[in-house]
Amino acid sequence: MRFLSPAFGLILWATSAAFALEIEDHRLFPGTGERVLRVLSTADLDVFVPYVLRFQQTLPEISVDYTVVSSSELHRAIRSGAQYDLVISSAMDLQFQLANDGYARPYRSDAVQDLPDWARWRDLIFAFTAEPAVVVINTSRFAGLELPATRQDLITLLRDNPDRFAGALGTYDVRESGLGYLFATQEDRSTDAYWRLNEVMGRLGPKLYCCSAQMIDDVGTGRLALAYNVLGSYAADRLSADESGQMQILQMQDFTNVMLRTVLIPLTAQETEAAGAMIDLLATLGMRDLPGEWPLPSLSISGPLESSGFGPIRLGPALMVYLDPLNRRAFLTEWANAMEQQ
Amino acid sequence: MMERQSIGRRLTLLLAAVAALLSVLSWGMVTALAREATQRTQDNVLAASTTTIAETLRSEQGEIRLELPYAAFAMLGAVSEDRVFYRVTAGDEILTGYQDLPAPSTARLGQVFFDSATYRGASIRMASFRRQVLSGDGPVLVTVTVGQTRDGVGAVASELSQLAAILSVALFVVAVTLSAVVAATSLRPLNEVAAAVSRRGPSDLRPLQRTAPAEMVPLLSALNRLMDRLRNSIRRSEDFIAEAAHRIRTPLATVRAQLETALRTVQADTEKQRLRRIIRAVDESSRSAGQLLDHATVAFRTESLIRDRLDLAALAASTVAAMEPTAAMRDIHLKLDATPAPIAGDAILLESAIRNVLDNAIKYSPEDTTVHLQITRDHRETRLVVSDEGPGLGEEPFDGLTERFQRGTNTGGIVGSGLGLTIVAEVLAAHGGRLELATSTNSERGGACVSLVLPSV
Repeated sequence: MRFLSPAFGLILWATSAAFALEIEDHRLFPGTGERVLRVLSTADLDVFVPYVLRFQQTLPEISVDYTVVSSSELHRAIRSGAQYDLVISSAMDLQFQLANDGYARPYRSDAVQDLPDWARWRDLIFAFTAEPAVVVINTSRFAGLELPATRQDLITLLRDNPDRFAGALGTYDVRESGLGYLFATQEDRSTDAYWRLNEVMGRLGPKLYCCSAQMIDDVGTGRLALAYNVLGSYAADRLSADESGQMQILQMQDFTNVMLRTVLIPLTAQETEAAGAMIDLLATLGMRDLPGEWPLPSLSISGPLESSGFGPIRLGPALMVYLDPLNRRAFLTEWANAMEQQ
Repeated sequence: MMERQSIGRRLTLLLAAVAALLSVLSWGMVTALAREATQRTQDNVLAASTTTIAETLRSEQGEIRLELPYAAFAMLGAVSEDRVFYRVTAGDEILTGYQDLPAPSTARLGQVFFDSATYRGASIRMASFRRQVLSGDGPVLVTVTVGQTRDGVGAVASELSQLAAILSVALFVVAVTLSAVVAATSLRPLNEVAAAVSRRGPSDLRPLQRTAPAEMVPLLSALNRLMDRLRNSIRRSEDFIAEAAHRIRTPLATVRAQLETALRTVQADTEKQRLRRIIRAVDESSRSAGQLLDHATVAFRTESLIRDRLDLAALAASTVAAMEPTAAMRDIHLKLDATPAPIAGDAILLESAIRNVLDNAIKYSPEDTTVHLQITRDHRETRLVVSDEGPGLGEEPFDGLTERFQRGTNTGGIVGSGLGLTIVAEVLAAHGGRLELATSTNSERGGACVSLVLPSV
């Protein structure tokens, strides 16, 4: 990702002249008119393409300029005044901080009014998906073992079979991944088992990843036996495309983090009307009852998640607690101590 | 009478104005209280958040450490969707948080203090807590500040204010309704007195005997005094008229006697003629004086009417007997057709009434005719009908004829005072009866038909 082609770099430079942005992916969806809706997002391009196409069905005159960056890059870009019309991110805490610190523009419409209270905050930030964190395993590497249902089960399993799982565990490198950090801090807050699990995983020499996709791929190929805290929506997506049949999604019964993917209009936005239309589309799709053909899940929390009784991570100022530099430093130190024992 | 705004309406308006003022005042007070209460709620949560953070302050290896507890911000998020800002400083150094957050006002150690400020274009409320932490170099003054926008407070306060406004309007409506009721109730005694006064007959000047609220006693006694004065004044003028009439009648009688004597002594026809005219004029004056006297008597006696049991037939007969000589002078027959008819009343007044009617009949009847008197009665009414063969009462309606000094349209050359029928009507009214005037159907020439109607007993 860091080796950008010169042409790509030029476009990049044109869109954000103020500073260099580490872009992961980019595409322009040309419309029939002059207006361009510039979207800065953490959602992979192939995940978001259907949404852009649906958007252009109703507003064909608007071109959509879609840029994929990491959540921390996104946060940094908006704070330094990069000009975008819409910001979509899975890092709720960073998104929330943008809204709290006044980088978001208020937006009101019937569609966002229909969202449940927990899915919006102050007309500034709107959630349109609810995505759980899951464990993905390679079934062949679990042959003969009972599948864990709770973190305690998992801890016991890893302790009892160190040979089988050594070097075969994957999780986010929370120092790099905003989403990984969000999941980790929320687990720290919610379950005692988290640090014990980290200790056990640390002893087994875990592999650390920046993103869900690569982690899931490695489970598919058998390089990893288990990937911890993977975005459930991506896992389900990969699972349906997987041909090996060796992948399985496990949802922990003791506690499950549910992340809300959120959208906001930055203060620097110019095409606020088009941005509002996109938010309305996303909010409406977020409220859909049937899964449909959409790559991202809706806000409705159904199935095992519903029965477990865990709501999504709360959109509120408490999210900023772990963003505090002192807290972050302390947390990362503790996390590194647990994870990097070798 | 110039009618000013009614007391009832004025009272209602005044009370409504007071109610409006009170409603606005209560709305203002509730709004202020709501603002204060919500502000205090926010202050309490901010204080809790600040102290929760301050409690984590500690010194580790000569360095000041703290951690933001999750609860410190979660509690702020639970109350409202307000933006949150914070800062922790140790001495002059900023440990963490928003560097450009306004500095808190100075205050004593170990106490939460509050400030209001504007930050990032929003009005915020800040709670600060200052305490000393021992670090390697000695005690360091650490200040924890947590700020929150006031939108939630404003929303709750304005919601309460709206509620208070609705309640105030409801209160006002109720108060106005009650005001109208109160005004009507307070004015009821006044209206009752007014109704009692207007129910009275035209000549009823008795004092009002009513129980009245203390405020109305002066008005009532003033009214009674006025009526008393009025009654006395009327009585005095009646007395005066009676006295005057009496004094005129006596010399007139002397003059008439002298004229009679003179008439007998003069020889010349022209002289006789002249004397007769003088006698007739004297008679007329005497009659008028008599009627004035009658009228005064009627006015006086009706005030406290005597109700004796009488026979109208006997009364009529005696009056006819008394009038016989006058009638005979003009060859007029008085014919009474009566059976005993008991009534209740004042004999003098009733006789005066009958005399006046007969007097009129004789006066207007042509010579050599008959005046019929007939008494009929049923269980309700007893009536004395006097019909003559004279020129009648002229054009209808006859209402004006009973008014004082009002004379008919076809009196011809006959002299009259215009008091006769007035006296009759007043006497009958005092007895609860009435005077009916009609054109006679007895003879072809018409003639007047006067009915004296009295209640039967």
